Amino acid sequence: MNQIPFGSLEEFLAMGGYAAYVWPVYIIALAVLVANLVIPFRTERRILRDIARRLRREQRGMQ
Amino acid sequence: MRPARKRRLYMVLLLVTGVGAAVALALTAFNENLMYYYTPTDIAEGRAPVQRAFRTGGLVKAGSVQRGEDGVTVRFTVTDTRHDTRIVYKGILPDLFREGQGIIANGRLGPDGVFVASEVLAKHDENYMPPEVAESLKQAGAMPPHEMARPAGARP
Amino acid sequence: MWVWFHKLGSPRHFYRISGRLLPWLTALAVGLLAVGLAWGLVFSPPDYQQGETVRIMYIHVPAAVMSMVVYAVMAAAGFVYLVWRIKLADLVAAASAPVGAWFTVLALVTGSLWGKPMWGTWWAWDARLTAELILLFLYLGYMALYNAIEDRRSAGRAAAVLALVGVVNLPIIHYSVEWWYTLHQGPTTRGMRIAGTVHPDMRYPLLTMMLAFGVYYAAVLLKRTRCLVLETERDSAWVRELVKTT
Repeated sequence: MNQIPFGSLEEFLAMGGYAAYVWPVYIIALAVLVANLVIPFRTERRILRDIARRLRREQRGMQ
Repeated sequence: MRPARKRRLYMVLLLVTGVGAAVALALTAFNENLMYYYTPTDIAEGRAPVQRAFRTGGLVKAGSVQRGEDGVTVRFTVTDTRHDTRIVYKGILPDLFREGQGIIANGRLGPDGVFVASEVLAKHDENYMPPEVAESLKQAGAMPPHEMARPAGARP
Repeated sequence: MWVWFHKLGSPRHFYRISGRLLPWLTALAVGLLAVGLAWGLVFSPPDYQQGETVRIMYIHVPAAVMSMVVYAVMAAAGFVYLVWRIKLADLVAAASAPVGAWFTVLALVTGSLWGKPMWGTWWAWDARLTAELILLFLYLGYMALYNAIEDRRSAGRAAAVLALVGVVNLPIIHYSVEWWYTLHQGPTTRGMRIAGTVHPDMRYPLLTMMLAFGVYYAAVLLKRTRCLVLETERDSAWVRELVKTT
């Protein structure tokens, strides 16, 4: 197994001088991955709510 | 399979193969233009353009790097193990620049055969390993060759 | 056998099965991503040549691979829709497009951030980079075409044709580094395997991330397709029943 190749937190954050390139990559990747996973969950819930609402309106209209 | 469905299947397959063939033809026709750089062998054998700027690439030859007195100019030789090209460059070199490294230079071939570069990029290969492993391989003389050391390269 | 194939195309059936699979897939995706990220970012060595920038590989390569895998799925689903007229196939294709486009954007952006420190440039018009950019245009074109046509059936069919025409770009992206001289280095993956030029200490975190991205895509695809199923089947009896019980 690999050990941690960084001697300290500062070293880890510095990424050998390439922090300006490595960290944006991981931040952007995380943002894209999280958004693409969370948004469909919200969308499905919204669609179900919309259909339910329309169904109730139809039933009220029929009474 | 029903005849209508079979017909759709053949139409779609025809479409995909047709497009594939057309693209393959176009790519072979434009093959030279799709190369990102000319090798020193290309230059030596007269295949590189004379009047305009182009890119050439190769490995930096050991012992060939000379820094000028002004501190900015650098001269070095690149090789594809069959031919060499001398390059002169004024500017910032990429982090990876060193002897044995692959580089690609953008510029013009001078009348004296020296390539005057306006831009130098590094081209690394797909060998990935930790530093300690690289050290022991280097000492054993067993480092895998850089892909630019294969002069036959990708030419069909 | 054909009965099973056509049952697979039933939106209601799909909705039920995907509903049972999704919690597991999502958990697996998040878990694999967490392990892969930690492994690549913290518990793996730097590269002898590229130093710590090699950690970009653990995002860039999976994203690039998935940008092509998703396109292949999209094209295959389009093919099934064109030939067999199975509506669900069209929904799978439409659901895949935005995800694939995002993977392509991620591959291009992370590639750019990797290229600047290592090559010395943010971008180059070499064969592989250009072909990947064309892939993004194909995704955007697919989505634009789908939205431009009023009738859903015609839209799906036109988009499927576009996707199939663009399939030829996939072998170009992959083999570009072998067919032509490029700035981009040779392939990191050969077929479905990682090339032997990647040291095991880096190969395993990379494999994990590639698997993570794959499972992640499966989860997102199922979720997005469910949304499309609900939208296109909202007037059917089973959807009305479903909504009453939730």
